[in-house]
Amino acid sequence: MIEKALKGEPRYFMWLVFLMGIIGVGVGCWFYQLYKGLGITGMGRDISWGVYIAQFTYLVGVAASAVMIVIPLYLHDYKKYGKVVVFGEFLAIAAVTMCMLFIVVDVGQPQRMLNVLLHPTPNSILFYDMIVLCGYLIINIIVGYNCLLADARKLPHPGWVKPFIYLSIPWAVSIHTVTAFLYAGLPGRHLWLTAVMAPRFLASAFASGPALLVLVLLIISRVSKFDPGRDALQTIAKTICYAMIINLFLVGMEIFTAFYSNIPGHMHPLQYLFVGLHGHGKIVAWMWTAAPFAFIGVLLLLIPSARRHHGILAFACASIFLACWIDKGVALVIGGFIPNPFHRIIEYSATFPEIAITLAIWGIGALILTVLHKVAITVREEEAAT
Amino acid sequence: MSMDRRQFIKIAGMSALFGLGGKGAFEFLRPGALEASEHGHGVEYVPEEPAEVAKRWGMTIDVQKCGEPGVVEKCIKACHSTHNIPDFGDSKNQVKWLWQDDYEHTFAGNENSYMDDRVKELPFLCLCNHCDEPPCVRVCPTKATFRRPDGVVAMDYHRCIGCRFCMAGCPYGSRSFNWFDPRNALNQKEYNLDFPTRMKGVVEKCNFCVERLAQDKLPACVEAAPEALAFGDLADPDSSVRQILRKRSSMRRKLELGTKPSVFYLV
Ligand code: SF4
Ligand code: SF4
Repeated sequence: MIEKALKGEPRYFMWLVFLMGIIGVGVGCWFYQLYKGLGITGMGRDISWGVYIAQFTYLVGVAASAVMIVIPLYLHDYKKYGKVVVFGEFLAIAAVTMCMLFIVVDVGQPQRMLNVLLHPTPNSILFYDMIVLCGYLIINIIVGYNCLLADARKLPHPGWVKPFIYLSIPWAVSIHTVTAFLYAGLPGRHLWLTAVMAPRFLASAFASGPALLVLVLLIISRVSKFDPGRDALQTIAKTICYAMIINLFLVGMEIFTAFYSNIPGHMHPLQYLFVGLHGHGKIVAWMWTAAPFAFIGVLLLLIPSARRHHGILAFACASIFLACWIDKGVALVIGGFIPNPFHRIIEYSATFPEIAITLAIWGIGALILTVLHKVAITVREEEAAT
Repeated sequence: MSMDRRQFIKIAGMSALFGLGGKGAFEFLRPGALEASEHGHGVEYVPEEPAEVAKRWGMTIDVQKCGEPGVVEKCIKACHSTHNIPDFGDSKNQVKWLWQDDYEHTFAGNENSYMDDRVKELPFLCLCNHCDEPPCVRVCPTKATFRRPDGVVAMDYHRCIGCRFCMAGCPYGSRSFNWFDPRNALNQKEYNLDFPTRMKGVVEKCNFCVERLAQDKLPACVEAAPEALAFGDLADPDSSVRQILRKRSSMRRKLELGTKPSVFYLV
């Protein structure tokens, strides 16, 4: 079936070549990083995690969000998702792969990474994270590939896949919950030490992941003959809208708790993010970009007539995707390290090689997604033709 | 984490038996794994020359004495030259095991605007607190950071994958990552051949001089400034540190987090 990815129009191959160019630059930078050490990044003894771990966190959410298609289809028999679910599963595969690559580039001794399994440490959340992520990748490969293969052969989906589909639902929730626990269980990092971390992670994931899926489906419907279906897109849009509202509500809870209690440790990181602290405010502009986009996105998705317009739908989804990316892919990780344990503010900015490596991993994700979706599109087009 | 002396001796004895029967095969499977596995596999740490075995090593730092000229500097120098600490010359990539800060930052969160100005300006020595409930050990996914039965939170530089989870977990900023190759930033003149250097991409921190404790020596900083620093078994009511703590009032950093630090500041 995978041979379907080898035939395509010239622009398909041009896009792949373009992605490979980006990947090539990043791989070069990664070799440089391996040779010199992680000191070539913007990270340091005070901000010891940066853009890599932030992307990892964000993409775990994107991966988990496939359940927002799986649940309606398989638990509520919402047939209109029948044709698009595989696109969600393939998006999850690409996202989990990116997550793993971001971990590989972030650790100082990647060749020793198997130590996590050779010396299993049940008290470490990272141990569980590795297990649930690998498991989620395998489940999605099994389910996505076999369902599509059956479609291509015009056979019903094999029955033995069903248990894996049901398993994927709690499993998706688990990957993002465990990822939230990486942060939420650390003493002394006030921005992260909050019980709503996992719920908020899930809410923002269920907004941003499907938003990305809608964008991808809109592009696919333009460049191919596959039509995801108007109703399917509208239902995904509603899911995004509600999830984003819950996410914003939970952000509000955080702000209330910190500022009404007036506890300095809880207020400082939020002050740093939104208004700057003691004259430091590199993230402030990011936050005030994210906030309007978040609200505009929600508003546009709430209004049915706006949502039905594909141009507006795309804009709203892009806004929400961007707002969630800034929140998790930029602010959350850095904000947790500020102020440092000595109440000093040391700021962080990513360096060129760091950004190039990050872009390369996004490029690898896009490449995987393109190839997998190409296969899925071809199957769907053949279905429609017969 | 609590264990009385008899229990410790029992475990140590049992592991000696274990070692007799199993070491060969174990070593064959995974060279070096035995030394590094104190915390998890029932093989407990046994010093080569049974030096004084404590149940919980601890340190007291007399902040007034540290205020006298040269005291803090000689402690830091003793530590950093003993342990081959690299000097990258910038604060971002800095590796440090022992350093000084002021009251306001060392005890961040407990600032007191009406405090005696003299104390405010005194130097506070900062190092790993060798917590009794160490978050760094809790989060480490490989047991590269582990708590020994004598209370020392130690590290295996050969197992560490450099994920830096422990740096996010330590609420005291005690841990340093080797952002570059530390061997390029060593002070060649004061190179200590008896202590290993590290490689890039692993985390390190103060080890309470376990290599010296095994030889019945005091930690290097304590030896350098015995007038200001004291070291002993917190579990032994007659130890030097316990006697000092009985006489002087002391403070520990961020007690509210429940980490139970083993470093006491005498004011
Ligand atoms: S001070 Fe930090 S590094 Fe040292 S034992 Fe405590 S948590 Fe671990
Ligand atoms: S950096 Fe090393 S010591 Fe720290 S948590 Fe990771 S593996 Fe453990």
